[in-house]
Amino acid sequence: MFDVAGLQALIDELIRRGYTVVGPTVREGGIVAAEIHSIDDLPRGVADHQQPGEYRLSESGADEFFGFASGATSWKPVLFPPRRMLWRHTTAAAPVPEPLDDTPRALLGVRACDLRAIEVQDRVFADRAFIDPDYVSRRRNTFIVAVTCGHPSQTCFCTSMGGGPKPSGGYDVLLTELVDDEGRRFVVDTGTAAGADVVAAIASRPASSAERTAADDVAERAAARIERRVDTDGLRDRLYEAREHPQWDDIASRCLSCGNCTLVCPTCFCVTTNDVEDLAGPVGRERVWDSCFVVEYSYIHGGPIRRSTQARYRQWLTHKFASWIDQFGTSGCVGCGRCVTWCPVGIDITEELARLSVRPATASDKEGR
Amino acid sequence: MKDLTQLLSEQPIFSDLGNDMFALVAGCAHNEHFGVDEYLFRTGEPADRFFLVRRGLVALELVRTAGSRLIVDTVSTGEIAGLSWLVPPYRWNLDARAVEETSAVSIDASCLRRKCDDEPRVGYVLLQRVSSAMYQRMHAARVRMADVYGVPAND
Amino acid sequence: MTDTAAPTRTELARELGEPMLPRPYVVQQTKRETADTATLSLASLDGVPTPFAPGQFTVVGRPGWGEVPISISGDPAHPDHLEHTVRAVGDASRALVSARPGDTLLLRGPYGVGWDVADGVGGNVVIVAGGIGLAPLRPALLQILAHRPRYRRVFLVYGARAPHEMLFTRQLEHWRGRFDIEVAVTVDAATPEWRGHVGLVTSVLPRSYLDPDATLALVCGPEIMMRIAADALVTAGLRPDRVKVSLERSMKCGIGVCGHCQLRELFVCLDGPVFRYDRVAALMTAREL
Repeated sequence: MFDVAGLQALIDELIRRGYTVVGPTVREGGIVAAEIHSIDDLPRGVADHQQPGEYRLSESGADEFFGFASGATSWKPVLFPPRRMLWRHTTAAAPVPEPLDDTPRALLGVRACDLRAIEVQDRVFADRAFIDPDYVSRRRNTFIVAVTCGHPSQTCFCTSMGGGPKPSGGYDVLLTELVDDEGRRFVVDTGTAAGADVVAAIASRPASSAERTAADDVAERAAARIERRVDTDGLRDRLYEAREHPQWDDIASRCLSCGNCTLVCPTCFCVTTNDVEDLAGPVGRERVWDSCFVVEYSYIHGGPIRRSTQARYRQWLTHKFASWIDQFGTSGCVGCGRCVTWCPVGIDITEELARLSVRPATASDKEGR
Repeated sequence: MKDLTQLLSEQPIFSDLGNDMFALVAGCAHNEHFGVDEYLFRTGEPADRFFLVRRGLVALELVRTAGSRLIVDTVSTGEIAGLSWLVPPYRWNLDARAVEETSAVSIDASCLRRKCDDEPRVGYVLLQRVSSAMYQRMHAARVRMADVYGVPAND
Repeated sequence: MTDTAAPTRTELARELGEPMLPRPYVVQQTKRETADTATLSLASLDGVPTPFAPGQFTVVGRPGWGEVPISISGDPAHPDHLEHTVRAVGDASRALVSARPGDTLLLRGPYGVGWDVADGVGGNVVIVAGGIGLAPLRPALLQILAHRPRYRRVFLVYGARAPHEMLFTRQLEHWRGRFDIEVAVTVDAATPEWRGHVGLVTSVLPRSYLDPDATLALVCGPEIMMRIAADALVTAGLRPDRVKVSLERSMKCGIGVCGHCQLRELFVCLDGPVFRYDRVAALMTAREL
């Protein structure tokens, strides 16, 4: 248990130990992860309003540091940067790999959904036949201060995807912000020896049982406020069966295939590679984020396999909620709601999944009546 | 030396036909041999018979510019060479040339057409089997139109 | 989460490696097969042989000209020479086809699930190749011939567009001359000098099989040709789980991390490119999948 001064002390201690502290900040009307040094850098008193196709910040009126839901960006770019050199040519015939990033980073304010997203990406990058060594290196040097979500947005649906406002593990330190008559303070949990070590270096007192109850209440009240739902029972098979469902055409009539959803999604991992050149000649090869919405994504000689918007949208949604399970053992979605918020035309995947789950009426069905 | 009936019975198109039908068709059949590069029939000639290849290889050729030819199909053991005998004006649209020494049973087309007019039952069964062979060839030709081995243009 | 005893960056790099790092290979020989196709014989610069399984591919390119997945087309018993038969269909492949002996290429792999030829031991094997599909099947055939007594009847059926577009013509003649393998070749159309079959590969497939249950079929070529051949084989009595095809999809990394090659839940580069026909038949006809 500590108060606001304790939060600053936590940041100071992490910096003292050599971490670059990355936390939520307000930038150009959105909440964006950036390097911070002080609690003044945090979005104090800021609330967010998210709807399909809408994102807006406002003054919350309450003096909370974490009074908002998911940020505009997830933590994905920290562990899996949008652009990275893979190797470079040298004067010798053999190219050399790019050095791995081992900057110690402390992520402050990680939500349960984003923590689960990191765990989903662990399976993609760190637990397969071919791993991403830079991801593994960054991951090993990342200290996670998670935060219980007290203010889910209208687009959130983490409770449908096997999670909830409070993370069950995977963090070094967990903070639950309490704001009441006794002031603002943080109930502190630790998840690892490293986390306990850091917390021990900060002045704190044990939390009372009333405070523990209040901390649990934060998560419970937040869970109750979540409105959107996805029925995941048998969803994989339903989506596979819905391959020729007319609803895909309906979605495609609205979808711009802009790829925003894949950019803001904390689990999307597709990349492409390019040769990098300068005036003197070839430099090496880089890896950049790619999206299955890009027409060239499925290009083989003769043209792209998924030419229509309909086929590309179907690929994204089916991968996220169905094929991902066969590939990695979990769903690819954590219910953060960003794709719903940041879709310029407001496509709501929770609604679309419900429509796709209903077998379309056939001609014979209609005649039978 | 096998007799004609025996040779006919080896052909898939006549298998399990029944003795009476068989005798009917056998009456129109002759045993024929073609040496290397001998022609079975030529473009424009009356399509008065067709061939069931017993042994060998027959090339079906399309006549192109200035008489040059393109082999568009080959017919081998157990297959039928010649289909234009079935439809008016009963004229060959292709050349048929023996690529190898070829033995075939030829069936006189007007003889068979007459017998089928007299015995529609026989005609119907034969038509079904010949149609099947025709369909296989047509489908194969359509697949080849897709030019699957070519490099697809960026469409 | 941090660990105070974490390895240094260099130690970690050494422990993990960089899967996307290519190795230099030198072009030893090139052979023009057709107007747009060439076979390159490569040796690793460090002289270390590159063992591979028939059906596997590498991701290879000329420095500065990208990299593309190419099936290995050579003899698995000679891993010191990696043969690749490349068709010029884009910038990267064109740069490979025009490579000269002495040029250095950058290569990653071998990758992928191969034909697993040993699956056919004790039975018949039918190899059906269409066009450039003969290239990934050649290592399989060479491996079978190297262990010929383990198999019963071996068939090679090869279809190409035209006689002048056939691959490995000298070797084909050699195989035709052998008594322990039955070779049938066909083309889509030909001028009269052609003394062989004209028609789809299905027209020269064996009509029937003794013990179709004990027959393994390996099929490679354009997807439509593979489907037609596989369907014909199944109709002739082969089990669909003993007919194998080699699929192709857009590939960037070749190691299952870029996402491009996905065919529903399958990563063609990791779970394939060789698949049992019963697994992929329905996916192959799905529209824009």
